Amino acid sequence: MKVGITAAGAYVPNYRLKRETIARAWERGAIKGERSVANTDEDSLTMAVEAAIVCFSHVNRTDIDALYYASTTAPYAEKSISSIVAAACDLKEGIFTADFSNSTKAGTSALRTALDAVKAGSAQQALTVAADCRNGYPKSDQEQLFGDASAAVAVGSKGVMAELIDSYSVTTEIIDIWRNINEKYINYGEGRFISEKGYMTAMTQAIKALLKKTGSKNEEIQKVVIATPGLKDNSVVAKKTGFSPEQLQESYMLEIGNCGTAQPLLMLVAALEQSSPGDTILLASYGNGADAFLFRVTDEVKKIQANPRFKSYLETKKPLDSYSRFLSFRGLLEAVPGEPFRTFPSNSAYWREQKGILRLHGSKCTQCGQAIFPINRICNACGSKDQFDEIHLSDRTANVFTFSIDYLAGRSDDPLVVQTVAEDGEGVRYYLLMTEFDKNEVKIGMEVNFTFRRIYEGGNYINYYWKCRPVRKAGK
Amino acid sequence: MTIKDQVAIAGMGCSRFGERWDCGAGDLAIESAYEAYEDAGVGPKDIEAVFVGQMYAPVGGLAGAQVIDALKFNNIPVIRNENWCCAGHVALISACMAVASGAYDVVMALGVEKLKDTGFPGLGAGRGMNPVYEARRTAPGSFALIGTRYFEQYGLTMAEGKEAIAKIAVKNHKNGMLAPKAHFHREVTVEDVLKAPMIASPLGLLDCCGNSDGSACAIITRADTAKKLRPDPIYIKGFGMSMDAILPHSRPGFNWTSFDALKTSSSKAYEMAGIKDPRNEIDVAEVHDCFTITEMMIYEDFGFSKRGKAKEDIDAGFFELNGALPVNVDGGLKCFGHPVGASGIRMTYEIYKQLQYKVDNPKRQVKDVKRALSHTFGGPPQLSCVLVAGNEKG
Repeated sequence: MKVGITAAGAYVPNYRLKRETIARAWERGAIKGERSVANTDEDSLTMAVEAAIVCFSHVNRTDIDALYYASTTAPYAEKSISSIVAAACDLKEGIFTADFSNSTKAGTSALRTALDAVKAGSAQQALTVAADCRNGYPKSDQEQLFGDASAAVAVGSKGVMAELIDSYSVTTEIIDIWRNINEKYINYGEGRFISEKGYMTAMTQAIKALLKKTGSKNEEIQKVVIATPGLKDNSVVAKKTGFSPEQLQESYMLEIGNCGTAQPLLMLVAALEQSSPGDTILLASYGNGADAFLFRVTDEVKKIQANPRFKSYLETKKPLDSYSRFLSFRGLLEAVPGEPFRTFPSNSAYWREQKGILRLHGSKCTQCGQAIFPINRICNACGSKDQFDEIHLSDRTANVFTFSIDYLAGRSDDPLVVQTVAEDGEGVRYYLLMTEFDKNEVKIGMEVNFTFRRIYEGGNYINYYWKCRPVRKAGK
Repeated sequence: MTIKDQVAIAGMGCSRFGERWDCGAGDLAIESAYEAYEDAGVGPKDIEAVFVGQMYAPVGGLAGAQVIDALKFNNIPVIRNENWCCAGHVALISACMAVASGAYDVVMALGVEKLKDTGFPGLGAGRGMNPVYEARRTAPGSFALIGTRYFEQYGLTMAEGKEAIAKIAVKNHKNGMLAPKAHFHREVTVEDVLKAPMIASPLGLLDCCGNSDGSACAIITRADTAKKLRPDPIYIKGFGMSMDAILPHSRPGFNWTSFDALKTSSSKAYEMAGIKDPRNEIDVAEVHDCFTITEMMIYEDFGFSKRGKAKEDIDAGFFELNGALPVNVDGGLKCFGHPVGASGIRMTYEIYKQLQYKVDNPKRQVKDVKRALSHTFGGPPQLSCVLVAGNEKG
């Protein structure tokens, strides 16, 4: 049985912050390039949903029977994230979900688990999603080097675009990079010590062992995907393991930054978008040990190359010019609160209404055909009771019917709210907040799609829901 | 069914509106109720039932307790509603129906709101009904959706549309200068309105009404015995109450420039009152100018202006104090602010005084008044209430 990658997607947030903007705030040297920044309504859960949704262009969401979520910055310390991701992705009920955490190789560990599950026959189509929004100490190199992003890889045995040849993992115990409970920022040991005894040792060991195990020669491998904490660490590993710079896959450290658990998978997605059938890809990631994989690309890879979504997310971006807003977006600097919310959240109502709130389901009357959002038990058009089919709406696009740029509704760190009423091709109306807009470009008729976001924190938990956003187009 | 000429208003009272830091809800209720008692020549012992309109003050779920505690009614029915901005009208119309039914002869309708104890800011930030679907729904942000769509539908540029609604703000502020009980006494120019900070596009600060505290009260009695209480009772000619079934934001096919609730509540009231041509038969109207665009849309849904032609009437001064159909002659919500449950009865207080030629400042008295209308429009919006009154039977 051929087991391997059946779909792949990566997501990069719209906002990019030039590293010199951070450096200027601290009157220190700038590292070259820019970093991606999750919006104030994004986190490691919402970005995971974005990447997962890309995969559904190539695998049916109803075929997914296992979902693995990986992050070191999950928005809850205790509470499954994979269950929310599964709901937002509108996956079927009764699937296996699991959360991987604590190490930057959690994404590849989840991938290996997914491959093992499919090989063992316990899952037919397993989806791995990884996302991170890590915080370096203010003024540290990491603050500039880190970036926010997500990646998703589906694994199965049908429609395989990159077949697994083999994998090899090592585990190494070392206190090199760590974050204590309740800490916001990541701690690092002495630089040469952690590089030499941590990253370099584990990565070279795993890569060499995998090459030996599979009997592969360096020159047989076209793309070498090596996760990298800094701008050049991956090229050092490549050199130590006998690869030439030409074989090394771009890390996007100058465009995105080190996006933690998502980084190796995001680089893998990029490699797939750029590969040719027959190519061999080596993937290696680090985090208290290393995971290494060899994949062989098949003809099926063309399906993601027709519409390379990672490339599109990489190239569509918006500058963030403010270091203070960067801190505010991440909750590191709390701006003055705005008007309090006067409707109080309820976790029982949130649970009860999750088909609308998390899955973005509407109802379509089986008697008269009227479609509406959210679910209405009694048809607004013909009055029939409980005669409807639930309809999945989150993949649709809609056009703005009317809107208002509301200066009163927002919080001080997210001051502008575009109250939006949009209409899709079936006449379903959506009342949603808009995100990632340019206030001068919001217009009646503008095309929007749906994106899963944080709405607010009330009731001491996070309320996630959908927003609409102008379709991200290159050049914007 | 009609209650035309079966019920009369025998007395009314209205507190001063504004940021009444000196008063609680009970003090405001006392201020309006005792003016109404004196006006009707009755006392607390004559009241057989009380209908209260009160939305927050300071929270929901208080029954009519704040009013009862202040006014010391004992062992009579007190029925409170919190039907958004229409709560005052709902109380008033309920009181009329209670008298028309024959159950009571003398009842009180009282609207009161003490918003400034609830941390409400200067503008109505009223929140949605669902904490997730409507997490950041605001009143300006909802009514602004009408403006964006109205301008689009009738081909008005932002500048043309803004100027048309600005003239409504200018008119109401000018009228409010003549109303001693109003919250705001400040004349504004079109330029002031256009230059005011944007609140929810296309609505700027001066397109929005403010929040204030206030109370208003009516004593309702049988029309056939009303003249025993006073020589000039005001007769209820008709009413309409209508609620749209679904949040307008979610309603398929909804055009956002005309609300069924506005059309049906006004047409029901006209039908009951025997009005066929409201543009010419209504002599003075107090309508729900929570935002200037709301008043503009109401002109059309109430048949004051032809569809899409409100701007022409605004430009011609049709609704100004000396125009053919003066609207919001006391300055409206724009100048009184909007203590939610009190507003409908405050508006009715104005038309009551107009119909009696007893307005507290004769400079805003409209001449030749026979039929007058008061109206509130509430919620996201979904609910509309209209009352038509006259100073003679028939």
